[in-house]
Amino acid sequence: MTHIAATPIPRRPSRTRLAGALLLALLAGFALLGPVLIEADPARQDFSASLAPAGGEYLLGADHYGRSLLARLAHGARLSFGMAFLSALAAAVPGVALGLLAAWRGGWTRRVLDFLSMIVLALPGLLLVLLLLAFAPGNFGPLFLGLALTLWVEFYRVTRASAAVLLSQPHIEAARLLGFPPLYILRKHVAPSLAPTVTTLAAFAMAAAIIAVSTLSAISVGLQPPTPELGNMMIELLPYYSEAPLHVLLPAILIFLMVLALQLLARRDTA
Amino acid sequence: MRRFLLLRLAQAGIVTLVVGAACFALMRMLPGDPAMRIAAGRYGPDAQIAQAAERVRLELGLDRPLAVQFLDWLGDLARFDLGHSLVTGAPVLEELKVQLGASAWLAFWAVAVSLLIGPLAGVLAGMRPGGMADRAGLALSIGLRAVPPFLLALGLMLVFAVGLRLLPAAGYGTARQMVLPALTLGLGLAAVSSRVTRNAVATVTHAPHYLFARHKGLPEAALIRRHGLRNAATPVIAYLGVQAIYLVEGVVVVESIFAFPGIGHALVHAIVERDVPMVQGTALVMGLMFVAITAMVDAITAWLDPRPRSA
Repeated sequence: MTHIAATPIPRRPSRTRLAGALLLALLAGFALLGPVLIEADPARQDFSASLAPAGGEYLLGADHYGRSLLARLAHGARLSFGMAFLSALAAAVPGVALGLLAAWRGGWTRRVLDFLSMIVLALPGLLLVLLLLAFAPGNFGPLFLGLALTLWVEFYRVTRASAAVLLSQPHIEAARLLGFPPLYILRKHVAPSLAPTVTTLAAFAMAAAIIAVSTLSAISVGLQPPTPELGNMMIELLPYYSEAPLHVLLPAILIFLMVLALQLLARRDTA
Repeated sequence: MRRFLLLRLAQAGIVTLVVGAACFALMRMLPGDPAMRIAAGRYGPDAQIAQAAERVRLELGLDRPLAVQFLDWLGDLARFDLGHSLVTGAPVLEELKVQLGASAWLAFWAVAVSLLIGPLAGVLAGMRPGGMADRAGLALSIGLRAVPPFLLALGLMLVFAVGLRLLPAAGYGTARQMVLPALTLGLGLAAVSSRVTRNAVATVTHAPHYLFARHKGLPEAALIRRHGLRNAATPVIAYLGVQAIYLVEGVVVVESIFAFPGIGHALVHAIVERDVPMVQGTALVMGLMFVAITAMVDAITAWLDPRPRSA
């Protein structure tokens, strides 16, 4: 227990992680560059092209309003990644900071923060997000707040637990006794050991956020049409499945790949 | 055991407080005059609305200070007085009774399906770590985990209801209508529990007591039954506690997709219709269902493995 986290063992990245990173890079490229390179407006309707098949004037076809599917997919991917990144960031920063604080200060600071995290964990995350969404269904604000609020706990708990072990290490105790300032110790001794764990948690958090955002709009309490959101797109196109099955499947495949990439990246090699 | 129980009771209290506070705030923050809105909900928009609103205001005590109203609100909650739906006017409790039955059945069948698939696949994989079954199971599990429940639901619906026309796509009442929703959740749960089982089995089959039992000549079937399964079952059941989150969240999503008249479906509906008493009632019951499932898992784990836990 005392020496596990002392020095991060340089580990060869596993093949699954590598595959996840590659897939993620591809999808992130599509999400970042797609909306810039594809000139079509994701909201422009062209009823003569309604449900146009892939390969014609529209590369991946057009939806029931004749909107370019490729453009909508690119914007949808950007929206999902954007929401996921922002909510993971908004969860990680306070989560890690409070985790470090609790490990450093201990005592009442830790107890109060533990209690706060227990309140959040008392309800399944989606219920909390739904409760917040009830205030303003279909808006970014409560969705984002709800995701950050449910996701920070994991960062807090893991950071606190690992930092508590780290801080009792001899070399760090020595550094504290020598009078190095806390921030210096955190930066030089704690942060390098915590970084891999926090990255893993962030990838999981982003996957969870992508799932939540698409799920909530699919059950019509999340972002509303005409926002090009992947879950929305799928539900909107579902009635036309018999005519254009590919159109329905594309957003689903994109969601699947995004979540898969993040989960592969975050995978521990055992489970 | 008593400590667990107390912990779960505290959790139930927190759930009630969080849901109650959120819904109280929700009620007060809806645009417009709440009395007016309730009156409109009860008597329709054309009635003599101002007088009706005055009566509602007095009846519900909406003219008192906020703090008093909040305490009153919590008092009602504690007495399970959940009020009336703003939309239908029916008592929330009555509607919840019907819906809870549907949701509980769904959760039950989902867990049953997952316990049918997960441990079986896990034992097959765990008997030969690294073998074909193990690798296939791993690939399937990774794939399934990357499919959000709503996608899985839609996928199964498209294959079995639209494509093969084997099962109904939505509804509630017959056994056939239960299959797809339960399968959706069961598969999602099994994706994880199969791997947990696999790891547990792989560990048990290398444990000294297991190797000894094999050396003394027990037939393989008796070996697995007597010395393998019970030991491997503990982590699997304990993991169900973690999966309770997936189950409850999944119930909300899957019910909405399959138009399954349970609590999750009602919750989503109530949010769209801004029916705050229904939001409160449904969220409360879902939250308490989550606490109840975790408590049950605690109890079963303690029964399977009576050694006191250090954590």
